[in-house]
Amino acid sequence: MSKTTETVRKTLRKRYRAERRFRAYGIASIAVGILAVVVLFTDIISKGLPAFTEAYIQVEVVYDADTLGVAVPASEEELMSANYRGVVRQSLYALFPEVDGRREKRALGDLVSSGAEYWMRDRLIENPSLINKSETVWLLADDTVDLFIKADDEQREGSRLNDRQREWVQTLEDDDRVEMRFNASLFTHGDSREPEQAGLWGAVAGSFFTMLVTLGLSFPIGVAAAVYLEEFAPKNRLTDFIEVNINNLAAVPSIIFGLLGLAIFIGLFGLPRSVPLVGGMVLTLMTLPTIIISARAAIKAVPPSIREAALGLGASRMQMVTHHVLPLAMPGMLTGAIIGMAQALGETAPLLMIGMVAFIVDIPGGPVSPATVLPVQIYLWADSPESSFVALTSAAIMVLLGFLIMMNTIAVVLRKRLERRW
Amino acid sequence: METAPKINNTAQQASTPPHVAKEKVKMTENQIDYPDKTVGLPLVDDAKMSMRDVCVYYADKQAIYDVNLDVGKNEVIALIGPSGCGKSTFLRSLNRMNDTIDICRVQGSLKLEGEDIYDPKLDVVELRARVGMVFQKPNPFPKSIYDNVAYGPRLHGLANKRYDLDEIVETSLRKAGLWNEVKDRLHQPGTGLSGGQQQRLCIARTIAVSPEVVLMDEPCSALDPIATAKIEELIDELSSQYTIAIVTHSMQQAARVSHRTAYFHLGRLIEVNDTRKVFTSPDHQLTEAYITGRFG
Ligand SMILES: Nc1ncnc2c1ncn2[C@@H]1O[C@H](COP(=O)(O)OP(=O)(O)OP(=O)(O)O)[C@@H](O)[C@H]1O
Ligand SMILES: [Mg+2]
Repeated sequence: MSKTTETVRKTLRKRYRAERRFRAYGIASIAVGILAVVVLFTDIISKGLPAFTEAYIQVEVVYDADTLGVAVPASEEELMSANYRGVVRQSLYALFPEVDGRREKRALGDLVSSGAEYWMRDRLIENPSLINKSETVWLLADDTVDLFIKADDEQREGSRLNDRQREWVQTLEDDDRVEMRFNASLFTHGDSREPEQAGLWGAVAGSFFTMLVTLGLSFPIGVAAAVYLEEFAPKNRLTDFIEVNINNLAAVPSIIFGLLGLAIFIGLFGLPRSVPLVGGMVLTLMTLPTIIISARAAIKAVPPSIREAALGLGASRMQMVTHHVLPLAMPGMLTGAIIGMAQALGETAPLLMIGMVAFIVDIPGGPVSPATVLPVQIYLWADSPESSFVALTSAAIMVLLGFLIMMNTIAVVLRKRLERRW
Repeated sequence: METAPKINNTAQQASTPPHVAKEKVKMTENQIDYPDKTVGLPLVDDAKMSMRDVCVYYADKQAIYDVNLDVGKNEVIALIGPSGCGKSTFLRSLNRMNDTIDICRVQGSLKLEGEDIYDPKLDVVELRARVGMVFQKPNPFPKSIYDNVAYGPRLHGLANKRYDLDEIVETSLRKAGLWNEVKDRLHQPGTGLSGGQQQRLCIARTIAVSPEVVLMDEPCSALDPIATAKIEELIDELSSQYTIAIVTHSMQQAARVSHRTAYFHLGRLIEVNDTRKVFTSPDHQLTEAYITGRFG
């Protein structure tokens, strides 16, 4: 055995050990990462899942024209402002005939959400022939009832229901008059002070319009800037300076963009507060650097031989860019844009600055109607005192995470699908 | 390159023509009114392109020194020389591909049928349609074979009808000797072809715009002998219609395809002569040294 082989053998053992150790470090760090994700997700999902169902109570209602205070046949105007609360309460009293006295009756009536009245109004406006008839219906329960039903024995101790109300709920449960149903209002309603009626849809729509504005502004601007910097701009001090500043911009705390938006878009240009248009403009400032940087990288990755081929055939620079460089760089650009959008979708701080934190019940109809966005909605609900909002907050986080996962998946799929080999 | 300064000296020394060349240089002297340092026959009577006193610089570094050269009509001229001697640089200045390099500057007069190539009034798009280029590495667009060939004609509006375009694509592919191999898969990506097929596709793409001159920069360097043979055959056929300038590292290739051969050395054009003469009895000792494989 030569001396070299001997030395090599000795060091080899050490080298293998070092490699094994290095691999172990890698696996350990990935494990820590996965653990963190699992803990986060289990916590959020276990808290948020109950919010996807809500309790309904079965009653027999009599749409009594006298109680409603409408004539037969009723005009639509009358039906809009009829006394549905009375009808709802009557149906509850019918279940518990022994209940007596103002306070008790009131406590009984509180078992059902005020949302039941709106439901009843819509039903009667659609089927006016139901007046003076009776039917068996499921009415949305109040959130305190909902919490009580979902809770285990121990948690029930802390319920905000009083003793009489607990008895009634117990009786209803025993009579199979309580049912858990999918919480559709979460995906159809705007925000509300009543947890059982509060929905995410307003925030989702707000986020949608905000993202639309952000994408519509930042993608063309970012791509145009990247194309100019990569393909047309002379390489000199000025362009170096611009490059440094773009990279800098990417690291500026987002709240500063919010302050800027407040001062310029709202203060100077007089755009309205709390609207997705301004939110989108502020987020554009924030996402532009991401998009420009990734678009430049994508453009740089287009092989020079393709450019030479196009120029050699007599294409102008502009034609070279539009015919060849942009199509080839598009997957990279789109990936960058989607990642930028995902960042913007989760952004809260700058939107607080421009007033998108207001309590807004209506679903926004466009980029200039007041709105809030998903992460701000989470912030608002997390800040609410009612304990039912805890579950709603987690549910909203789940929805937001769902959107983020979806966007990032699209980014990955796009990259895989559109990627070309040359 | 350690030997560079020495060779450079000899080159300058040799630019005063040795005895053999004296007569020939004199012969061309009455066509131009300044002395030509290149040995042999750099100038011809019916020139398609004529370059005079061409100097090319990359920033402060000079890559081409005072080159005088004519390229005749329907001629195949081979540019040979050691690596880094400026063959590509010179070739690329003939259709202004050097414009794409910011630091590159071209001086002197370069004419295509009497028109100044570097005239600011001349549209570079038109120039490149007249002087096409085939590159060292096959560089088809990541599009279909059809679209690759049709790109140039579409760009310049050479075909108004689909029918005309189809015809241009077919004739170009036929001329490039690729038609039979690809006629059934015209709409498949050009990048899916083999290296040699890709290079022929690039040639078809170049001739689809019917250029007058075709510049080829080491078109066969990435190809096997069979593909190379096909392309050489093709060059031979094309020479009946086009003027071709080809850079090559293969002496055999230069000998096989070209009519005249130009030998570059460290940015200087040392010798231009009939190909047969260059490879049998070169006028200049540098040329001889190169073709006998003493350097390069
Ligand atoms: N883009 C560039 N920037 C700076 N210098 C360059 C550039 N391209 C070429 N050069 C220089 O110009 C000189 C000539 O290069 P050129 O590419 O023309 O050589 P060549 O004869 O084609 O060589 P090869 O046979 O290896 O292709 C070389 O010294 C090279 O370093
Ligand atoms: Mg070269």
